[in-house]
Amino acid sequence: MKKKCDKCDNPATVHMTEITGGQKVEKHLCEDCAEAEGITIKTNVPISQLLEDFVLQTSSDAPDMPDLKCDLCGMTFGEYRDASLLGCPNDYEAFSPALVPMIVRAQNGADQHVGKVPQRADETMRKQNEILRLRSELKQAVHAEDYEQAANLRDQIKNTEEK
Amino acid sequence: MTLADLTQRTSEWLRGIGPMHDVVISSRVRLARNLAGMPFLPKCDKDQKTKILEQLRDVIPNAALAKNMFYVDLESAPPADRQILVERHLISKQHAESPHPRGVAISANENIALMINEEDHLRMQVLRSGLQLNEAFEEINRIDDLLEEQVKFAFSSRFGYLTACPTNVGTGLRVSVMLHLPGLKLTGEIDKALRGAHDMHLAIRGAYGEGTDAMGDFLQISNQVTLGQTEQQIVNDFLTVVVPPILNYERTARKSLLKHNAVEIDDKIFRSRAILRDAKKISVEEAMSLLSMVRLGINLERIKDISLKEINELSLTIQPGHLQKIHDKQLDERGQDVLRAEFLQKKLFGNPR
Repeated sequence: MKKKCDKCDNPATVHMTEITGGQKVEKHLCEDCAEAEGITIKTNVPISQLLEDFVLQTSSDAPDMPDLKCDLCGMTFGEYRDASLLGCPNDYEAFSPALVPMIVRAQNGADQHVGKVPQRADETMRKQNEILRLRSELKQAVHAEDYEQAANLRDQIKNTEEK
Repeated sequence: MTLADLTQRTSEWLRGIGPMHDVVISSRVRLARNLAGMPFLPKCDKDQKTKILEQLRDVIPNAALAKNMFYVDLESAPPADRQILVERHLISKQHAESPHPRGVAISANENIALMINEEDHLRMQVLRSGLQLNEAFEEINRIDDLLEEQVKFAFSSRFGYLTACPTNVGTGLRVSVMLHLPGLKLTGEIDKALRGAHDMHLAIRGAYGEGTDAMGDFLQISNQVTLGQTEQQIVNDFLTVVVPPILNYERTARKSLLKHNAVEIDDKIFRSRAILRDAKKISVEEAMSLLSMVRLGINLERIKDISLKEINELSLTIQPGHLQKIHDKQLDERGQDVLRAEFLQKKLFGNPR
């Protein structure tokens, strides 16, 4: 006799046995319910695509490194994971072992920019982290009420920006 | 040019005259940028946010991006004004609500909107009527070039333009089209057509309001991959691979409906028209789904006394913020629904009954 789907009255075509916490659970589902449960994919996705997705998913499982920390903005990788927004441009470097695999997965396998490059890219790249560092020192100096140091840092930022 | 002027007219991108306007309502491109040497917003204190805001606000007029740009300070703008901007797709909901120094610069024709301190320091968008992604991209690229003469944006040779969320990194480019797909909805083929889009790593969502089914005839499709492709490739993919098949499916679905179910389709169209004419109260969701049917009726040349432009205009002016602003009233939901029904009758059929 044909079994009916556990969830609806359609004939079940997907059969599986799961072992959860030592308990054996049998599932019999129709194609639609199986798809809804995320067990199968009904579409006619080419096999190459399926394989590619599989490789991407398994090879790029991001390592969990919540303690990675950016010196410039003070954000940790754990904080980023919770908020899903980064703290500063330098985080891309500081979190790279954990972040790059996530980027590769989100960006369909890409990890290299090939698009537009700003006119003054070299200059920007050379200076941006230096200025970030000076700014975070400035914040600390203001916080510590060391105004002499703060004034000094402000001048340095101005000089670097104009260089 | 002020905000109050906006509600008196239709945004240029909604005039309904762009290429492929029977299916593609509008095209939108967006670039995400951050100032070099500044933390991203989650790690900025209030002073830094103010500094970013002032710097970008002052640079925009200098860059001479467009005639008659005007600026709205969102921190001090009343909630009603912010709602108008959201309804006109000029700022995001998030930008309307977040509690820190922020603003938006808008061109008088509303084709350009530059959001300052949204998720990134700068989010630029260009909107166009119909399918005009190349034109929209050229314009936003020009704006980006002009701004880059005056400020430096965070960039790395490996990851490109650096953004607060890594899903935007690289080009920072999000390309989207707003589609009207009633044919596919009626023939039940919409899932099939959109599954292809999912496979191409595209994001799909309701164009008015998030995901409510009643507004489901209007969908927005956008790219999710921003890294590893050039800007032009992303745009070209949309123009040659993404949009044409959906456009084709929709037009075929409409033809087949006319051929095999002409009475049913006419019934739907004219019922919708009749409800719009005679209803005494009407929600935004219901109005949008009725207007969708009337829009279909116009495109199929079933309805000839209402223009696409009117429908596009109404899709804005019946939204809660606009409706209340135009009538200078603050109403509860029921009151809005009553006013909306009267307003629709007046606009579409002359005087209310």
